[in-house]
Amino acid sequence: MVSRTTADYEAIALAGCEALCEPAFWAGYDRASAQGFYDYYRQLTEYEPRRAAKFGIPHYCWLCINPKEAEDAVFAREVMAIIPDFLDKPNVLGIGEIGLNKNTRSELAIFEEHVEIAKKFNLPILIHTPHLEDKLKGTRLIIDALKNANVDPNKVIIDHVEEHTAGLVLDAGFWAGMTLYPESKCTPARAVDMLETFGMERIWMNSACDWGVSDPLAVAKCMQEMKKRRHSREIIEKVSFHNPVAFLSQSPNFKVPGAT
Amino acid sequence: MQTKPDKSAILDLYFMDARCKLIDLAAFLDRLDRHSGTADFRHPSFLTALQAMQAPTPGKTRVQTVLESLSDHSTEPAEKAGIQFAWGAPPEAPANPSR
Repeated sequence: MVSRTTADYEAIALAGCEALCEPAFWAGYDRASAQGFYDYYRQLTEYEPRRAAKFGIPHYCWLCINPKEAEDAVFAREVMAIIPDFLDKPNVLGIGEIGLNKNTRSELAIFEEHVEIAKKFNLPILIHTPHLEDKLKGTRLIIDALKNANVDPNKVIIDHVEEHTAGLVLDAGFWAGMTLYPESKCTPARAVDMLETFGMERIWMNSACDWGVSDPLAVAKCMQEMKKRRHSREIIEKVSFHNPVAFLSQSPNFKVPGAT
Repeated sequence: MQTKPDKSAILDLYFMDARCKLIDLAAFLDRLDRHSGTADFRHPSFLTALQAMQAPTPGKTRVQTVLESLSDHSTEPAEKAGIQFAWGAPPEAPANPSR
């Protein structure tokens, strides 16, 4: 977790985290060169796994140029040319988090080209949907693009769903991810509401662990929220462990001890 | 399967937190009223969303109606990004096409 301290790794280890997956994301600033992404991919595939291993946590990652930096298509393509060099690293799960940020034509073109990389290498895809007022439109554009690309929806998780987009994603056959924040976006209580509304199939939750106000223990707190709502241990384990394992196991690199 | 919490249990779990947030909303609107200057598009969007919460679109929940009220409903990709962040409400007039 490049934006988090070592104490956060310790905290999630103590909370029982069995594995973590980290998407390639925005650094909080636009990188100045494709070489900057090369260094970032080395951090995700070499250094972070070692940092997580000190706490007994298998570390996995997704690779891409994130949509916030995809507005310059020429630059984005220069970065995407690097990605295949890293796909044989043992902790790489697939392509992500690709998607849209401000729903522009350039972002959409780069998104579609990332999807083609995933198809070429037969890898799962993790998709970022835009935040706030841009989410509904962005989710619709993303679903249309995926349908046009004839992607197997079982190999795609569309992340950051909220109440107005979860149904669109699940009805189209994709996996849905709920990203939990302590404030500003989806809280643990709302995530449990969505589970109760949309069901427990093809859905997972993840802790936002970025540069903003976020909480690596958010998934653990949501499990506690489910317990408060009297969900069974089996259901809590399904949503927090078995569902993610089922999706991630489509990547040949993903292995978690005890996951059957 | 354990018995799901009934309305009374949900109130026990969440009423105080929701009450606190409701009062925070009222204080936020008072704060806007009290301060000088002109509020931008976010203020009317917020007020529209509050109304949407009280009268959700048929077939949709309150939270879906509020989220859709605060969403961009255009369908064509934008030509340029302009900004990297999101405002929380669409810069144009609040949209709630199904109402």
